[in-house]
Amino acid sequence: MDNRNLYSVTGLFDTPDEIVQAVEVVQKEGYTKYDVNTPYPVHGLDIKMKLPPSKLGYFALVLGLTGAIGALFFMWWTMSKDYPVVIGGKPFFAFPAFIPVTFEVTVLLASVGTVLTMLFLYFRFPNLSHPLHDTDYMKSVSLDKFGISIEAEDSLFDVVRVKNLFEKLGAKKISEINFDEEFDKKPKIFEPKFIVFLIFTAIVISGASYFTLNKLLYMDPFNWMMEQSRVMPQSHSKIFKDGFGMRNPVPGTVARGSMPYLFAGQPDTAGEKLVNPYFPDERTLSLGKKKFNTYCSPCHGSFAKGDARLNGQFPNPPSLHSDKVRNWHDGRIFAVITEGQNIMPSYSQQLTPDERWAVVLYVRALQRAVNAKEDDLK
Amino acid sequence: MSFDYSQELPVIEGKNTFAEITDVISKPLETRPNKKYYIALAISVSLLLFGATCLMLTFIYGTGMWGNNNPVGWAFDIVNFVFWVGIGHAGTLISAILFLFRQKWRTGIARFAEGMTIFAVMTAGLFPLIHVGRPWLDGWLFPYPNQNALWVNFTSPLLWDVFAVSTYFTVSFIFWYVGLIPDFATLRDKTVNKVKKVIYSIVSLGWRHSNRHWHHYEMVYLVLAGFATPLVLSVHTIVSFDFAVSILPGWHTTIFPPYFVAGAVFSGFAMVQNVLIFVRKIFNYEHIITLDTLEKMNKIIIVTGSMVGYAYAMEFFIAWYSGSPIEVFTFVNRAFGDYAWAYWTMVSCNVLFPQLFWIKKIRRSIPLMFTIGVLVNVGMWFERFVIIVTSLSRDYLPSSWGFYTPTVIDTGILIGSFGFFFTWILIFIKTMPVVSIAEVKSVITGGQPTHHGDAQ
Repeated sequence: MDNRNLYSVTGLFDTPDEIVQAVEVVQKEGYTKYDVNTPYPVHGLDIKMKLPPSKLGYFALVLGLTGAIGALFFMWWTMSKDYPVVIGGKPFFAFPAFIPVTFEVTVLLASVGTVLTMLFLYFRFPNLSHPLHDTDYMKSVSLDKFGISIEAEDSLFDVVRVKNLFEKLGAKKISEINFDEEFDKKPKIFEPKFIVFLIFTAIVISGASYFTLNKLLYMDPFNWMMEQSRVMPQSHSKIFKDGFGMRNPVPGTVARGSMPYLFAGQPDTAGEKLVNPYFPDERTLSLGKKKFNTYCSPCHGSFAKGDARLNGQFPNPPSLHSDKVRNWHDGRIFAVITEGQNIMPSYSQQLTPDERWAVVLYVRALQRAVNAKEDDLK
Repeated sequence: MSFDYSQELPVIEGKNTFAEITDVISKPLETRPNKKYYIALAISVSLLLFGATCLMLTFIYGTGMWGNNNPVGWAFDIVNFVFWVGIGHAGTLISAILFLFRQKWRTGIARFAEGMTIFAVMTAGLFPLIHVGRPWLDGWLFPYPNQNALWVNFTSPLLWDVFAVSTYFTVSFIFWYVGLIPDFATLRDKTVNKVKKVIYSIVSLGWRHSNRHWHHYEMVYLVLAGFATPLVLSVHTIVSFDFAVSILPGWHTTIFPPYFVAGAVFSGFAMVQNVLIFVRKIFNYEHIITLDTLEKMNKIIIVTGSMVGYAYAMEFFIAWYSGSPIEVFTFVNRAFGDYAWAYWTMVSCNVLFPQLFWIKKIRRSIPLMFTIGVLVNVGMWFERFVIIVTSLSRDYLPSSWGFYTPTVIDTGILIGSFGFFFTWILIFIKTMPVVSIAEVKSVITGGQPTHHGDAQ
């Protein structure tokens, strides 16, 4: 062989009948490394070429089964193992409800997988550097001719013999196909043009991802409905005459769970009318003690003797063990805590009514401890 | 008249050489678009932009811009979703089911119908995504390991929908692309434009028309058709589960899956027929997409239309036969209630008008079949509207009844979806061969060997 660059010798035919006949002869002559190129699949050619049945169907079967089993396993794991939730009274492994997804995943994996297997495993695509590309031969077979190409690698190959064979078969055009001259040169991947293209692509993709994930998702309108046509607290509103967004309750509104205090400025009436709703049990006394120690003891002293550490800085508070206070009704003390008295301010903001009653009970307990009755000693 | 049934009628009219086929199909890709094309594109992009504006308003102000209210929580968006998914079904039916049945007349229309499937499913897919109200969280539809340690609910029909529609899109796309590879290779060898050459080279992956490849290729095509056939039936079945699995009167019926699939094929064929009428005229494909082909499509329209009509009747019968007063009320309300106008639009467009196709003259008259095709699609859109809105607005409790009126935004998004779909179609017909070059060559007269030898 003088031409070391030769890939194959090709012959072109005009009609399907001619190519079928040519293939039959070529096969009979014993050539193995040849290929037939036709613009569309010609019926019967694969039989003449003695091609074994395609095994791609088995790939589809295996991939499909993988999809089915994988989908079922995944649903079993998520729904009954990793995060089991009872939904609609169904069992955790609700097989009938899993069928649709199993089916879809089976089809998805089988079809996509089979096509990829064919393209990349069987055909070794993408392959744009095949010697047949960009030849007149390829241009003819992709348009309207039927070509046969016997490769130089075939053990029976001989340029003259093959050409004679094609001529005998009535080929309209016979040509030699050479490998690209630059075939052995360094790969085109390292060409500056291609590297610039790669860098450009990388920058565009990473920039777009960065922008989408870190900026776009926080922009209007993708900002989690941050902007809404509602009135924010303490903001201006055009709807109301006074321009305030926040509104006061209607006069006479009673908050849920609150009991209006009806005796403002009438501590004596309060003493007569109000009754302590609680009994001195452990819970109320411990609550009363806690609140007394927090709010009352700084002035009245831990034992209500009026001897706290703040003595001398204000007019001294009186002892709560005086006869006057001891003879007050609970309601009268409640009135003092609620409204204040003399220099003592109101504690209605610090203590809820329940807490005030508890404090009253605790004060009673302290009074009792200092002025115990005879029968307390028993 | 006498027919020779031993001979197959040619599906492509006239004597064509292989080169003529390539030329006529690749012509739109090689010539500059004319004025008419730009007018069509301008109209469709305007519709698209109108829809996009309405969508933007929805994103900014929320789904309160729509007419959806408390009983009617699914309205235009789900109607449109079901409508567009249905449109897609014709493509897969033509490319997969008719392939398995060896219907050669499909070759002229398969590519275009597959493309339509893809665009219709893309359009359909938009609606659930915007219906969720916060479209930027749509990733949550898919089961992926996340910081919330939560998984999607695999027992929910809405989740089945996610899988069905995304699988359907992927498989249709793959099917379409596999069919396009040889055509891209043909275009690659034909073009003289350098840029186009690079693009076609990349997308054709280096296809060599090798018979050793065709051999596997045909196998894979068969496998794909075999998978796409149950897939296309499953997709609208699962869409119908969104309704049938619920307990709402009018939705909770076992007839829904076959009824939805028949309806989907019905509307899909009408849409394919409508668009093809323009394509064959504009690109002079009258001999490839023949009148015979259109007539065959009309026959499928009449078959599926009758199935849909049967389903309507059966729904009424079962409502009465079930003895459930609520079910009876629902159907009486459909026919005579607030939305009776929609119901009777649906019945007349879907059941009555397609029956005109029994007359051969109408079946073969382009203007009439176009009109009926449009009416079928109007009717099928109203079918979904009737099913969704009447059932939701009148459920079990009269105290929770309501009435749905679409807003301008609702209508705008519907119009925009047509713009979206037709913009894709217009881009498609100018960038890719809308008829499969390789497949048509294989069915023209003289395309196959006269004696099959061992193959026969």
